[in-house]
Amino acid sequence: MAALAAVRRCRVLLHGAVKSSFRGSPSQPRSYSAGRLSVQERIERKRQAALVGGGQKRIDAQHGRGKLTARERVALLLDPDSFVEYDAFVEHRCSDFGMEADHNKFPGDSVVTGQGRINGRLVYVFSQDFTVFGGSLSGAHAQKICKIMDQAMLVGAPVIGLNDSGGARIQEGVESLAGYADIFLRNVMASGVVPQISLIMGPCAGGAVYSPALTDFTFMVKDTSYLFITGPDVVKSVTNEDVTQEELGGAKTHTAVSGVAHKAFENDIDALLNLREFFNFLPLSNKDPSPVTECHDPSDRLVPGLDTLVPLESTKAYDMLDVIHSIVDERDFFEIMPNYAKNIVVGFARMNGRTVGIVGNQPKVASGCLDINSSVKGARFVRFCDAFNVPIITFVDVPGFLPGTAQEYGGIIRHGAKLLYAFAEATVPKITIITRKAYGGAYDVMSSKHLRGDVNYAWPSAEVAVMGAKGAVQIIFRGKNNQADAEAEYVEKFANPFPAAVRGFVDDIVVPSTTRRRICRDLEVLATKKQTNPWKKHANVPLAGKKGRGRR
Amino acid sequence: NGSKWDLNLGLLVHRRVCYLLGSCHVVTTVFPSALFSFLSVQTFDKILIANRGEIACRVMKTCKKMGIKTVAVHSDVDANAVHVKMADEAVCVGPAPTSKSYLNMDAIMNAIRQTGAQAVHPGYGFLSENKEFAKRLAAEGVSFIGPDTHAIQAMGDKIESKLIAKAAKVNTIPGFDGVVKDADEAVRIANEIGYPVMIKASAGGGGKGMRIAWNDEETREGFRFSSQEAASSFGDDRLLIEKFIDNPRHIEIQVLADKHGNALWLNERECSIQRRNQKVVEEAPSTFLDPETRRAMGEQAVSLAKAVNYSSAGTVEFLVDSRKNFYFLEMNTRLQVEHPITECITGLDLVQQMIRIAKGFPLQHTQAEIPINGWAIESRVYAEDPYKSFGLPSIGRLSQYQEPLNLHNVRVDSGIEEGSDISIYYDPMISKLVTYGATRAEALKKMEDALDNYVIRGVTHNIPLLREIIVHPRFISGDISTKFLPEVYPEGFKGHQLTATGRKELLATAASLFVAAQLRAQKFLGDLRVSNTQQERRSWELCVELEKGVHMLGVSRSGATYTVEIDGDKLEVSSDWNLASPLLTVTLNGIHRTLQCLSRNAAGEISLQYLGTTFKLRVLSKLAAALSVHMPEKVPEDTSSILRSPMPGTVVAVSVKAGDTVAEGQEICVIEAMKMQNSMTAAKTAKVRSVHCKPGETVGEGDLLVELE
Repeated sequence: MAALAAVRRCRVLLHGAVKSSFRGSPSQPRSYSAGRLSVQERIERKRQAALVGGGQKRIDAQHGRGKLTARERVALLLDPDSFVEYDAFVEHRCSDFGMEADHNKFPGDSVVTGQGRINGRLVYVFSQDFTVFGGSLSGAHAQKICKIMDQAMLVGAPVIGLNDSGGARIQEGVESLAGYADIFLRNVMASGVVPQISLIMGPCAGGAVYSPALTDFTFMVKDTSYLFITGPDVVKSVTNEDVTQEELGGAKTHTAVSGVAHKAFENDIDALLNLREFFNFLPLSNKDPSPVTECHDPSDRLVPGLDTLVPLESTKAYDMLDVIHSIVDERDFFEIMPNYAKNIVVGFARMNGRTVGIVGNQPKVASGCLDINSSVKGARFVRFCDAFNVPIITFVDVPGFLPGTAQEYGGIIRHGAKLLYAFAEATVPKITIITRKAYGGAYDVMSSKHLRGDVNYAWPSAEVAVMGAKGAVQIIFRGKNNQADAEAEYVEKFANPFPAAVRGFVDDIVVPSTTRRRICRDLEVLATKKQTNPWKKHANVPLAGKKGRGRR
Repeated sequence: NGSKWDLNLGLLVHRRVCYLLGSCHVVTTVFPSALFSFLSVQTFDKILIANRGEIACRVMKTCKKMGIKTVAVHSDVDANAVHVKMADEAVCVGPAPTSKSYLNMDAIMNAIRQTGAQAVHPGYGFLSENKEFAKRLAAEGVSFIGPDTHAIQAMGDKIESKLIAKAAKVNTIPGFDGVVKDADEAVRIANEIGYPVMIKASAGGGGKGMRIAWNDEETREGFRFSSQEAASSFGDDRLLIEKFIDNPRHIEIQVLADKHGNALWLNERECSIQRRNQKVVEEAPSTFLDPETRRAMGEQAVSLAKAVNYSSAGTVEFLVDSRKNFYFLEMNTRLQVEHPITECITGLDLVQQMIRIAKGFPLQHTQAEIPINGWAIESRVYAEDPYKSFGLPSIGRLSQYQEPLNLHNVRVDSGIEEGSDISIYYDPMISKLVTYGATRAEALKKMEDALDNYVIRGVTHNIPLLREIIVHPRFISGDISTKFLPEVYPEGFKGHQLTATGRKELLATAASLFVAAQLRAQKFLGDLRVSNTQQERRSWELCVELEKGVHMLGVSRSGATYTVEIDGDKLEVSSDWNLASPLLTVTLNGIHRTLQCLSRNAAGEISLQYLGTTFKLRVLSKLAAALSVHMPEKVPEDTSSILRSPMPGTVVAVSVKAGDTVAEGQEICVIEAMKMQNSMTAAKTAKVRSVHCKPGETVGEGDLLVELE
């Protein structure tokens, strides 16, 4: 219901924009008589018309805004000459408000759809065309998108959406809303079946935002893309807040504050080239294995730098990215949400050519503790990997969950549970390396042996315990005088990997420099892992609620 | 209970020399007497090395060869350092600051007692020329591997050392310091000294008000100006008239003396390439000295050593003018940083000699047995930014590190390894890179290769500068002086300037690398779903940006060889195209080159190290390049001058105050949150404008901590 209300609000917002877009020049004469032209010529003319979308003037305006056209984007995203277009002849069916006029009909309407290849692998693509009615979503527009999504599901291939749309086609009314819902339903049905990626390359407002929100990954282009439920004008009139478009829903907001978007890129070209690179990490569907590419990095490469990486003082920070970069193939790590909840690091990399998902606590930021945002960030990523057969490698250095009223009121309990749930539920190969701290409940959560970790290692610097020495001693020896001695005893007992190793909770204590070699071998062994969860209609992941900073 | 040289080692004489070069590839003639050094010579059981880094490792290597146990001392941050791992025992002598650890005599004396070390090698720097330390060792009956306190003291004092040198008939810079009556007297003094002379007011510091006179006329003029200035500016009539040394070279003589009154000179080292009085590139021998001058310098150095009853290895530094007049500068009573080049050309292991001498053995060689075999060059590889004043220190973690030891005739003295931190506490030297050849040209060529093959990631380093110096025509011709760097780069060092050919080589390599990566991206193993209908591409049209120039290139492939067309020229580029290796070895129209790929991303940006300098390129397909005209220009936001707290916490320490200059990556303050200390570092090298936090204070996320200028 909230979504529908939002759509209504966005109609208000976008009314001006869409109206102005068809007050613009009728780019070229489109009236012709059937009798005077052969069918062949008509086909050719329509095809040509489809290629220029809203006409040269609007293309120039699009370029002037620093944006590429829908077709230019598709051309950059896909392998040369691989794009196969569908529905170039589809036109909108609206006959109100003068929309039936020939000069208001554009072959293909406001979206380009089809399939093609990225580095030889199949992908379905839709690319909204801002030059046609501001990329607004008509019934026909939605129908085109649904068609490629249906086909992607049939053959098992990812769907990439390039979003650049002013919102609903207001002239079409409920047909446009129905179109959104049709897409949402398909987003949900495809979820976990084929990877879905959204790249926001212009406005995306109102109900339209829910499609990207339902996809697996949402990327944005800095300075030229916006995502919000309602724009600054409505915000002003409802809550009296002054906020710019950029502050409200720009790339920076969504990659650093809201966590709605997973990464932002400098401009259209940068974004599309990066998307090609990102695509190479993904399996094509849930029936396909994690892809393996040719790898030049020896799988048995030792990483001597790791032996001295963890500082001797356990309160000192280090950069988990140093660990990740040096272990994965060719230091190539595609980080997801690098600017959000930085106390956890997630992203894709390869081990001996095979795509893996990496999760790591980041001691450099907030000591690597788990809080609401990092739990949700980690959980979503782990669930993607599990859905698409991507093995998960977890680097653990976690002092615990972040205490405090802000966290408790925000619901750290149920948000933390999401990460726990995700790791527990996952049946893909799971390899865990405890680099230093694994304290308290956070130890359990971080892909522990108890949650069906396949291979769990500890570095010699590992400390698996209920809590740090000081806190523990204060509880165990409450009121006693010789706290320092007790602390030393606790450290001696627990600040090392033995308590976990003697119980078999870690499989081995490994020399850090050999970690890469061990992981590569384990992945080879685990490639044939088969594990299923009990039959259920679907599980009941502890979803729920808004995040921490809610008003009281 | 003395230890013995390993006999097996001793019998294979040339292997010792090979060791001197780090790897077994040099065969130098070694005189027969050297053989004796390997036969049962008793020295010490255990030596403590009161130093860190490369020199500690260097000393330990020889100790190991001699079968002597080693003790390392270290600060707490160095607990994982290479020299600690290399030693048989290690003792922590205090916290990171040198005054509390490596200069902490009490702690080091304790370490000696605790480990029972019989002798101490001080390396260079730290306590190496500290007579107090030498005295305390002597008091406890521990041998100091270096000269005795008398020599340290005598040579440590600038004025005293000059007087001793004069008495020992060593050339000192002739001069007069006092009241000069009139211009005629000034001319008389100038003629006594010999032209050119330098005239200035005694009270004026440095080069202030300095005038150079090449004849009587100019002397009179200089006298007039300087005496006026002396009276008016300083109220002190005294003038200094001194021999002016034009285009001075810094050439030093290595000496070796025993406790029995014998002394040798082991030829010279040319150390003229300097910045801010710190040596950068050294070589042995010097291109400038003829045998007579060499002998004269060597004999004077030896006579100075004898004058102070010197024992151990020492170095006598001279300034040499363009007419080969040489003048004593100072004597260093320790092992020099640049000693390896002397070892390369003489075949002697100076550390071994020092240990023997300290035990009281006489010298093994006569002067006639000291050869000059071949040529050796040393480059000091520093963690510093050569684009700023020829080198401002940088710090960081060596995320990747690979020494060029795969090459023959290369020796690398270092005390770090992959993963090591270059910290603010110590000298930012990464290593000493030494190459050797039968001729200077051979050694220089080897140095080019070695620098190209040296992989250093994670810190800024001075390889760009080193690589340029050794190929500069003036350096190659031997036309150098201590002013070389400011003269050759008056505007500051700007990196390698590409020639037309070089530009093409670089463009062709980048384009080929781009294509190789593109092709590899299509290689999915065992994937049946990769298109069979798509034709494998054979040719590409690319657009490459380099230094603001845009170039259209055609690339076609046949196997691992790419043919690149640039402006009508064709370049053939072949390589194994290993995309994981930091080194990129290519053959460009038949010429072998080693480049390094520093980074490469999806957006087509490629950083290549070519001839030492890093060049940033961008490779785009023709389509992407054509469309990039529509992309908006972006002005990068500068957030590097503001440091905000990334989290709520307590300020534990603030390491800077307003007005301080901080280096990029240097710690500014420490914030404790969740009982973890987080070090906040400077994003750029700058002066501190203001500090907004103090220790003990609680800060919130996003609070302003420090502003830089």
